[in-house]
Amino acid sequence: MTFDKVKEILIEELGLEDEINLTDNLKDDLDADSLDLAEVVINLEEVFGIEIPEEDYPKFKTVKDIVDFIDSKLK
Amino acid sequence: MYKRVVITGMGVVSPIGCGLDNFWNGIKTGQCGIDEITAFDTADFSVKLAAEVKDFNPIDYLEKKEAKRMDRFCQFAVAASQMAMDDSGLDLKEENFKRIGVIIGSGVGGISTIETELTKLHTKGPSKVSPFFIPMIISNMASGLVAIRFGVQGINMSVVTACASGANAIGESFRKIQTGLCEVMITGGSEASITPATIAGFSAMSALCTSRNKNRASIPFDKERGGFVMGEGSGMLILEEYEHAKARGAHIYSEIVGYGATCDAYHMTTPEPNGFGAAAAISSAIEDAGIDKEAIGYINAHGTSTPYNDKFETLAIKNVFGDYAYQIPVSSTKSMTGHLIGGAGAIEAIVSSMSLEEGFLPATINHLVDDPDCDLDIIPNEGRNVEINYVLSNSLGFGGHNTTLLFKKV
Repeated sequence: MTFDKVKEILIEELGLEDEINLTDNLKDDLDADSLDLAEVVINLEEVFGIEIPEEDYPKFKTVKDIVDFIDSKLK
Repeated sequence: MYKRVVITGMGVVSPIGCGLDNFWNGIKTGQCGIDEITAFDTADFSVKLAAEVKDFNPIDYLEKKEAKRMDRFCQFAVAASQMAMDDSGLDLKEENFKRIGVIIGSGVGGISTIETELTKLHTKGPSKVSPFFIPMIISNMASGLVAIRFGVQGINMSVVTACASGANAIGESFRKIQTGLCEVMITGGSEASITPATIAGFSAMSALCTSRNKNRASIPFDKERGGFVMGEGSGMLILEEYEHAKARGAHIYSEIVGYGATCDAYHMTTPEPNGFGAAAAISSAIEDAGIDKEAIGYINAHGTSTPYNDKFETLAIKNVFGDYAYQIPVSSTKSMTGHLIGGAGAIEAIVSSMSLEEGFLPATINHLVDDPDCDLDIIPNEGRNVEINYVLSNSLGFGGHNTTLLFKKV
């Protein structure tokens, strides 16, 4: 569920054509730089109604890191 | 010894068509690119018309993500640059990329992005402002992005002189090649300012036409003119050192032989009422070229369709040419394209170059009522086939910027 929404945001914000996997590395597989990540975070905050502090950004290496972080916030 | 500078490639995104062929065809056949504004709801606005770019899809020129990270004025600039580069036939692998520069003008940069992000700031708070806000709005980003696209690492900058930005960018690029700093320059102007705040702002100055009749809106030199019509788009040119172009067998559209740039030093927005500043720019370009003023065969006027501009520009031309002014055809292609602000001087440089190449002088379309204050030969309604050797193009901007480019048939 979380993954589906995250996937939708990543596809839209990173202009991706291909399918996204949980194990994908944001930088190496999805070509996301630091500005891209900041833009993705703004959208995640909006969609999930959560706050993601800037110091947490470096934790996001893979798609799974984002999904796990959000799930932990939503608990 | 100054180097000679020629135009070897041109690309256009304009309200009367994208691509050089479509654009020039539109100019020759007198197309009017003006229609009702579709970019936003104009219900509360007195201005209803603009010259929007209609057949442009950024995905034709950019990756989806790239397009999303660019304001429309940068999308236009990159697309037009690609067209110009393709047209020039330059093989960049063979070139010294450190001696290729980029100078692109824009009057207001990423104004559409400014408006979107300010709305976010005020309604959702500072944490919701996009990290791409700044890179998308700065006017110099068009030059930066074009350099990234082609990997060219020479001088790179932007010119901001309002409605003269495109012409100043070309003039400054001309100097960079003339003086030997670069062999090739990618240059021009771009604007995407058909936005609520821009239309509201220019309306507040009474600078825009409020007509609802698209054929009586941008009517330069017509007695009933009442303001300019906002346009959008980009013109980009490949300038090349003459010997460099010749050595690779490039097609040469025309040569740039003169550049004049002055300032009225008079008022923020009103032109100096004797046209002295604009006259000085014209004279300076002619002097720069070292030709007789009687050699000028056509003037592509700034001709915005505002009451002041057209009157004072007419005066400026008379100041320079005296009685000979009446023998020079002077038209304003803004009657077709609307006013592209920072892009205007660039698409008009392209018109000037094509008029030399094809021996065709474009019309001032939709002309109906003569104005005794604008009594030069404005080529009313029908273009003409005339072989000429030199063309002047004027661009005049808020801030009192006066810019003239002079082109020669090759």
